[in-house]
Amino acid sequence: MTETDLRTHAEDIYEQFSDQLDISVEEITERLETLVNEYKVPTSEARRSVINTYLDEAGMDRDDIMGGGNERKVVSDVDRAEEWIDLKAKVVDLWEARSDAVAQVGLLGDETGTIKFTKWSKSDLPTLEEGKVYELRNVVTDEYQGRYSVKLNRTTTIEELDEELEVGDDEVAIEGALVDIQSGSGLIKRCPEEGCTHVLQNGRCPEHGEPEEDGEFDLRIKGVIDDGNQVHEVIFNREMTESLTGITLEKAQEMAMDALDTSVVAEEMHDRVLGRYYTVTGPTLGRYVLANEVEEPGMPDHEAVLIKARSI
Amino acid sequence: MATTPTRKVARRVFAREFNDATYTFKESDDDRAPLYVLLPTGERANRIFVVGTLTETEDVGQDSEYWQGRIVGPNGGTFFTYAGQYQPDAASMLRELEPPEYVALVGKPRTYETDDGDINVSVRPESITAVDEAVRNRWVVETAERTLERIEAFENGSSEYIQMAKSEYDHPIDTYREQAIEALESLDSQPEATAD
Repeated sequence: MTETDLRTHAEDIYEQFSDQLDISVEEITERLETLVNEYKVPTSEARRSVINTYLDEAGMDRDDIMGGGNERKVVSDVDRAEEWIDLKAKVVDLWEARSDAVAQVGLLGDETGTIKFTKWSKSDLPTLEEGKVYELRNVVTDEYQGRYSVKLNRTTTIEELDEELEVGDDEVAIEGALVDIQSGSGLIKRCPEEGCTHVLQNGRCPEHGEPEEDGEFDLRIKGVIDDGNQVHEVIFNREMTESLTGITLEKAQEMAMDALDTSVVAEEMHDRVLGRYYTVTGPTLGRYVLANEVEEPGMPDHEAVLIKARSI
Repeated sequence: MATTPTRKVARRVFAREFNDATYTFKESDDDRAPLYVLLPTGERANRIFVVGTLTETEDVGQDSEYWQGRIVGPNGGTFFTYAGQYQPDAASMLRELEPPEYVALVGKPRTYETDDGDINVSVRPESITAVDEAVRNRWVVETAERTLERIEAFENGSSEYIQMAKSEYDHPIDTYREQAIEALESLDSQPEATAD
């Protein structure tokens, strides 16, 4: 960030406050320089911080000034990490926070799609409620393995809006052969600890160790759908696994009981579904597609392919 | 951005082309680097998915069980697959299945040089399952489509693997197109496809 850029920002800020406060462009530039050069704060955040200081001094609200904020974005526009943005979004889903440092974690959505959000405990922000629409100012974007999220932080402002927001459909539909069923599929046990959804491995939860009570049985398939060009990892929950394999949780438990071994369930599932074609629709989460619907696709039009084959 | 090892796609290829894919290579010196065969239509394959008719199984092992399976496609080409003690599930499938039967096979291409200096290409199975005719017909159409896509790319494009195929092989590409046509035409002779 060059001195000139900072000075341009300072001039903008000066414009906004020169009527209310006795300040100079030099003074503002100095404040920005301290934040950017000494404290390595991103320029947008430095600008924000300086504006906040002057807002306080002038006894004004952020709404009183124009153009001092961040770029307003829609969810699908988020394509870079470490950008400070404003979002209007609905809380689509709240998940269990895995760490004390996180106050809330879940999914925000607008017309263009959904994005994960994290709200830090130390930011001391009001609690977001599922299904409500909020104006979120000054959230920062983040990226992990190609997936974007937003973080709500100490400087974020949250305003509940009394309006509806249609959340866009970011579901994907994939079609291909089920070429693998990964370990951790079949009849599994989940940690019995309240609110914990971890799968027990050799009777142990990665978070709670060996639970005192018995784990809870569940069905799941982590599978791979492959169409010869692309590979998708898909998670089938209990309901989807039951409809895919025709094996209910009850039946699976019986099978495991008879065999004194839970792995017979996964083996039977292999035989029933591996190597078959499926169409799966559902939202994506990280690298997984969460199956909401599973169908066996109809026969493709081989005549059309034949015509193409003869024409090239 | 962190790069995580990603699962390799299972290519769709008819047996004749697969058996011509005798050139193998790795893309790094790492021992665990994935091994690829080079398909003559200019694509690398670390894994394939095949559906066809299992026509014969035989234990060809000497000291321990080593099962050979022949899987025949709609245009007469044959895939060979071998499963021993390190592929226990696939080996027991080959032991138990009674040919003829439609099977789906997911596996890794492997090559083997015979005493005569010929190179045989086979599949080391990750899984073998019994499937029905609908799955097999779908695979035929899909494999024809993927093969034609590769042929078109081969004729119009110039990817790294197309260049490699052009320098390593001397196979007439049009035979793979003819085999795709033959495979698709074979579907016409089946009762449900002629009813219109």
